[in-house]
Amino acid sequence: MSDAILDLRHISKEYSGNRVLADVSLRVRPGTIHALVGENGAGKSTLMNVLFGMPVIRDTGGYSGEVVLDGRTVTFASPADAMAAGLGMVHQEFMLIPGFSVAENIKLNREPTRPSPLSRLFGRRLERLDRARIGADARAALDRVGLGVDEWLPVAGLPVGHMQFVEIAREVDKRGLRVLIFDEPTAVLGESEASQLLEVMRSLTSQGVGILFITHRLDEVMEVADDITVLRDGAVVARLTPADTSVERIAELMVGRATGRGERRARPATHGGTPALEVRDLEVDMPGERVRGVSFTLERGEILGLAGLAGHGKIGIANGLMGLYPARGRVIAHGKPLRLNDSRQAIHSRLAFVSEDRRGVGILPDESIELNIVLTAVEAQNRFLRPGPIPALRLLDGRATRRHARDMIRQLDIRCTGPRQHVRRLSGGNQQKVCLARAMTLQPETLLVSEPTRGIDVGAKHRVLELLRALNRDTGMTLLVTSSELVELRALCDRIAIVYEGRIEAVLPPDADDRAFGLAMAGERERTHRE
Amino acid sequence: MSDVAPAAGEDAERARPLDTAVEFVRELGVPRLLIAVFVVALFVVAAVTHMDLGRLVTDSLSRVARNGILVLALLPAVQGGLGLNFGLPLGIVCGLLACVITMNANLSGWLGLSLAALLGAAIAVPAGLAYGWLLNRTRGQEMMVGTYLGFAVVSAMSVFWTMAPFHNTQLVWAIGGHGLRTTLTLTGFYDRLLDKLGAFRLFGVEIPTGTVVVFLGACVVVGLLLRTRAGLSLSAARSNPRFALAAGISDEHTRVQAAVASTVLAAIGIVVFCQSYGFVQLYTAPLLMAFPAVACLLIGGASVTRATLAHVIVGTVLFQSILTVALPVTSQVIGGDISETARLVIQNGMILYALTRRGEP
Repeated sequence: MSDAILDLRHISKEYSGNRVLADVSLRVRPGTIHALVGENGAGKSTLMNVLFGMPVIRDTGGYSGEVVLDGRTVTFASPADAMAAGLGMVHQEFMLIPGFSVAENIKLNREPTRPSPLSRLFGRRLERLDRARIGADARAALDRVGLGVDEWLPVAGLPVGHMQFVEIAREVDKRGLRVLIFDEPTAVLGESEASQLLEVMRSLTSQGVGILFITHRLDEVMEVADDITVLRDGAVVARLTPADTSVERIAELMVGRATGRGERRARPATHGGTPALEVRDLEVDMPGERVRGVSFTLERGEILGLAGLAGHGKIGIANGLMGLYPARGRVIAHGKPLRLNDSRQAIHSRLAFVSEDRRGVGILPDESIELNIVLTAVEAQNRFLRPGPIPALRLLDGRATRRHARDMIRQLDIRCTGPRQHVRRLSGGNQQKVCLARAMTLQPETLLVSEPTRGIDVGAKHRVLELLRALNRDTGMTLLVTSSELVELRALCDRIAIVYEGRIEAVLPPDADDRAFGLAMAGERERTHRE
Repeated sequence: MSDVAPAAGEDAERARPLDTAVEFVRELGVPRLLIAVFVVALFVVAAVTHMDLGRLVTDSLSRVARNGILVLALLPAVQGGLGLNFGLPLGIVCGLLACVITMNANLSGWLGLSLAALLGAAIAVPAGLAYGWLLNRTRGQEMMVGTYLGFAVVSAMSVFWTMAPFHNTQLVWAIGGHGLRTTLTLTGFYDRLLDKLGAFRLFGVEIPTGTVVVFLGACVVVGLLLRTRAGLSLSAARSNPRFALAAGISDEHTRVQAAVASTVLAAIGIVVFCQSYGFVQLYTAPLLMAFPAVACLLIGGASVTRATLAHVIVGTVLFQSILTVALPVTSQVIGGDISETARLVIQNGMILYALTRRGEP
């Protein structure tokens, strides 16, 4: 068909052997809004990087497939090329200069100019700015997006919502704009501003611009989109129109449906007694993953899953419990009150944590495997140290460390050249095993594991999950597993709590039907109850 | 070494000797290799032109021993994530103050020397705490803040030296009887006390045994400290503050500890330096002392974020040997003196080079 203004054909991209985009095709028709939805890590940003010719794509070996704009196959060498060809982008983070006025921001580097004596001598770069035309152009663009703000005000003092509209005005002002990409534009907007934005998007399409709308907010998708593409694990899993789908159906597609029902685990026999964790009204200030009052009980020997869409706070719960982000609330761990905001206390309360941010929190990349494995136990529990009167001045017991590291390497099948190898050189899966080894070394009663299989290859995923299952089965260790992959939670957990907007929306058995999960993740459950 | 052959496969990580040698050269790096070749070349030229080789080696050795602890003082700061401690003069003035106080009280010999070192370390503790506090408030600019703090402290102390209530006639200006002299001689106090301890001659080279032993001893102590729990916290917090936080380590604390350790070592280092040099230099003398020390560490192969004992020792030997040998050799060969220029080029060039590689492991 030739009716597409922007046509991405069979785009594939690998980062060092790791496939992040697999045969993605997507067509934006002129005068329509095409929504692109997917979880974090589904490949949306990579696709945009490909589209805009970001250097990171070329530096990592380029991509395969075709980008067709207005019927011509194009390859952009840089974002500037892409913009010149008629692509515009409204960014998630604002690309505005705070000290400049609204008009100056809109016209930055595209200012209308007039010749001056200097420019006659030294060329166009020294022409005078035509401030009257800058103002007039900016005014026209602002009017098109329906923002009544004075064009000569500095950007610095504007409300966040207005800044978003200034960004859009800048893109709109560009001559020859063919396709405008909105990258989660409503994330920072209030409800009325968000609906105003959707209004603007509609009016832009009526002028023939095609819009690619990237978002997490599924109700907005339903409201404005003409076409919907759902991306998961770098591949298109569905092409829909709002008419023939629903919010929960999209949510379900984004997180994936259970395929391995046969993998259901047998429940451990020893439930009951004091719970491992009793969490009441937990609030965690983790940027982007705020927890707004969560209560749940984790029974001893249980595997509880925490699921939910990105940004809704599932990640914040374990981080808050472990003292990595400021937290409030009451928590009883293994029968004793847990002092929050203190990592050492959490470890003393027999909790251990495998972070979702493996590179940021999980490992010391330039230290040896053995040191990575024992260090937390050394610091928090004074283990693997030679005897001495002052704990802080006790020497590391190299022999015990080596022995323990060898044990762990064997037990978890960490593929390495030996305990002294630096962790940076290991593959993602093996780094994750080092993180697990470190947590196990603390001999916790309850292990908090976040995104255990993120960014590791399929084989390693399977081994890591098997390992968690074995830990629970053989040592009775209680597990709290946070994951974006519902499939793996359903295969692993006894119960799954769905987190929506910082609260637990529902606790479901792993064999509940897909619709129930989809509904809870989209926050529709509560809404339907209320109505 | 174990007398039992390790089981096959069990010790695969223990590298074979040849690999170790290759690895050693790789670890050593091209810049160090070049500088080492340069040093050897200087010695060859010296030998060819019939200079007193024994004298040159003796001088090199005593300079290495003399400066060693000041270079070592940088190690905890780098390991603690403070970068290269350009605030070294802070610790140095603490040591100088201790020297002056002990000399003013007419304490000499071993008593004077050890008291000066102890007192210097004691004064350096609160100074280091304050320095660490300051660095925690100026995160990310440690090296620049250190440089200016050093300048400020040295200048403030210059005022202090003129006004301090010292009265020992050996220390104050002969005319007026008030204010300390710029250079105090240690003759009669503890001039070269450590240098002479157990000193012996070997192939015409005089070995300053005491100072060398003290330097190596300090290296061993620092090396052991870095293997303790506190030392491990220090490097963990440097290499990944959020990992450390998850293990219950506050990197604010470890940074202060690193600043204290560095300042204390600098105070002790300057006391050892003075006894070997034979003079206590006050006023602006400590102003630029951080720079050669930093250059030593960097020539040894350290980076802004990673340093080891080997870097300290190799770097001190290379850099100080160049300084000692280049002067007589160049004046012999060229007939002029470019050694001071060469020193500045090498010293500041090395610092510049290291700063361009900032952030690399």
